[in-house]
Amino acid sequence: MFRNNYDNDSVTFSPQGRIFQVEYAGEAVKQGSVVVGIRNAEELSSYQKKLFAIDEHVGIAIAGLTSDARVLSNFMKTQSMQHTMVYGRHMPLHQLASLLGEKAQLNTQHYGKRPYGVGLLVAGVDDKGTHLYEFQPSGMAEEMVAFAIGARSQMARTYLERNIEKFADCGREELVMHGLKALKESLVQDKELTVDNTSVGVVGLVKDDSTGRTKVEPFKVHDGRDVKDWIDAVSDDKDDDDDDDDDEEEETTTSAAPAAGGDSMEVDS
Amino acid sequence: MDHRPQNWGRPRDDIYGGYDVSYMAPNAEPNTHTQSPVVTGTSVVALKYKDGVIMAADNLASYGSLARFPSVQRLMPFADTSVLGFSGDVSDMQYISRHLTSLSIDEAYGVQDPLNAANLHRYLSKLLYSRRSKFDPLWNNILIAGFDSDDKPFLASADLLGTTYSSPSLASGYGSMLAQPIMRKYASTEEDAAKLTKEQAIKIVKECMKVLFYRDARSLDKYSLAVVTRKSGEEGGGGVQITQEKLEGMSWKFADRIKGYGTQTV
Amino acid sequence: MSALFSQNPLMNGPNYSFSDTPVSHPNEAHGELREHRFNPYTDNGGSTLAIAGADFAIVAGDTRLTSGYSIHTRYSPKVFKIGGTTADQKDATIVLSVVGFAADGTALRERLDAACKMYRYRHGKPMSVNAAAKRLSTMLYQKRFFPYYVYAILAGLDEEGKGAVYSYDPVGSYEREMCRAGGAAASLIMPFLDNQVNFKNQHIPGSGEGHAIQEREKKPLLREQVEILVKDAFDGAVERHIEVGDGLQMMVITSQGVEEHYLPLKKD
Repeated sequence: MFRNNYDNDSVTFSPQGRIFQVEYAGEAVKQGSVVVGIRNAEELSSYQKKLFAIDEHVGIAIAGLTSDARVLSNFMKTQSMQHTMVYGRHMPLHQLASLLGEKAQLNTQHYGKRPYGVGLLVAGVDDKGTHLYEFQPSGMAEEMVAFAIGARSQMARTYLERNIEKFADCGREELVMHGLKALKESLVQDKELTVDNTSVGVVGLVKDDSTGRTKVEPFKVHDGRDVKDWIDAVSDDKDDDDDDDDDEEEETTTSAAPAAGGDSMEVDS
Repeated sequence: MDHRPQNWGRPRDDIYGGYDVSYMAPNAEPNTHTQSPVVTGTSVVALKYKDGVIMAADNLASYGSLARFPSVQRLMPFADTSVLGFSGDVSDMQYISRHLTSLSIDEAYGVQDPLNAANLHRYLSKLLYSRRSKFDPLWNNILIAGFDSDDKPFLASADLLGTTYSSPSLASGYGSMLAQPIMRKYASTEEDAAKLTKEQAIKIVKECMKVLFYRDARSLDKYSLAVVTRKSGEEGGGGVQITQEKLEGMSWKFADRIKGYGTQTV
Repeated sequence: MSALFSQNPLMNGPNYSFSDTPVSHPNEAHGELREHRFNPYTDNGGSTLAIAGADFAIVAGDTRLTSGYSIHTRYSPKVFKIGGTTADQKDATIVLSVVGFAADGTALRERLDAACKMYRYRHGKPMSVNAAAKRLSTMLYQKRFFPYYVYAILAGLDEEGKGAVYSYDPVGSYEREMCRAGGAAASLIMPFLDNQVNFKNQHIPGSGEGHAIQEREKKPLLREQVEILVKDAFDGAVERHIEVGDGLQMMVITSQGVEEHYLPLKKD
């Protein structure tokens, strides 16, 4: 009768992180009679976008249920905008992260709720410099110097740990290189970073020439042609195998532009 | 047949009597909002100078025309970087003051830089505007002095309607008619204000307090004077200093010659 | 009250009027036994003006902020860039001017800017002027029974690159126009604009008698001409209206972006 023990309701995750009721609901679609939609699109499919801007000074990278991530990113966007409206400044990152953590934690404690099935990396800048937070469905939101989440991320984390001492003195370009190299570590055999499957999110602090003060370099997602030079720079072993059918994306790299005079990533966790 | 639809399906008035509308009234009294201030403070004056802002307000809280409380501080420091000057209702001032104290304590727990005067002004104006939009205003005109995020001297006002404005010199209440013209004579533009020294600015503000005491019947000769200086500036310590002052060098000789009021023999 | 004694049966309401319904505070309903109430509005004076050209639009406003006879400040902008990606609005393409009650103006401006921000976030592209115009109308109407006491003018370039000016009343009625003046000196500036921008009452000399007389051909003005018109309009308004003066803030919207200019006006 039941396929397993984890499909009685839609608030129970299976040990594999699946919500069976949601998957069964997909089966209901198959009961419907056929309909066809068609469009002359340039490409039939592309990789899932995983980097999103939250505000001028904050961006996120997601791993997990995309639709849950949308809810959280919407929440963060609203909170950040509200803070700007009330106080006239960018929302401090630790405030945003703890708000997010509290929201997610509630779902782990109340009957009839389910945790968000998504992990986030929150990168941003505020008065205290650059920040990177890791967010987990448990409600944990902790500041990191460098981190990777998602499938096969252990390899990336190992790379980051091995190089952790270098990040503080890195400029923007070097930090992106480290990010891509870490990402490369997590790839499966025969896979390469390409302009199609890689994007890089950057938010930083730059020196304003007119006032001499640092200001925010708005969060920007670089993909396609924008990341070509970076990818070329990290691809030491060139092979001409260009077909790819797995989605790999770069996690957010918090980086400060070199113009800010050596104030790159803040190491204060 | 009663053709009025609102009477259909109701007990007939001619048999049961009219409906007692008092039953429909919400229980007890309607909720009340401040419709006018009760115990009030009069003008606050403030002037920017090159390294900060000077602000002054007398120590009187009036009950109508009665000089009710003669030693009430109407200037409030915030986070040791900003000063607020309140005119209008004193109980609302105390409410805001309590609220801001808890806000500044919360802020101090964080790792973030505390709210600067510009952030504070923004926050207060949102508070005042939201209360006026609920028809439950906080009856104050507040001047906020300190520094903005570019570390430049900051002076702005927020009133009970949520109206906000900024200027090299500001004054609330009678001060806007009596003190503002005096201050504008010395600092009509930001550039002029940026040339004033602290001593000059204090002298101008003291002069304004004197004029106000001469003419404003709800004022007092004892007042508070706040000096907000840039923390990293030449003063070294800087921050907020509030001192108690008493008006000096007044001359009331002209009072003799005023005719037409009170008991006069000639 | 006057309706009660009116001889016009319609003004007394039809016989089935719901005004017969019992009310909980009978006296108050008729405007009697009313004490002083808190007035949530004030008029902060000032004036605004916008003119659309063939490939540009100009929005201008004075910078004086008053209440009664007091000048609160000589520099309080009424014209704002809207919908940029960053807080400094460097890449904004839409301009909003608000005049009337300043606190409501600020609130409205921030709400529209937040709406533009959310739009960009959801759709990944900036809001067009006509979309922003409709959104602003909705925002104003949402507060139909506690209105934003502001006369708003929105300007930008439409999808064809032509100058677009949208003007509003406080409760959200709006239309696209070639020009509009708003605020304290609107009644002084608007007739001038009618004549100089829309060529009202301008005829070709000797083209006929009575109805046969031909109107001057309408064509969009050049940017240089419009800038002169704006300055003249405000110089005139400053002369005749006490709530207008101090400074003139002017935003010029072209395909290159938004230029901002500031000129001094008389401070008396």
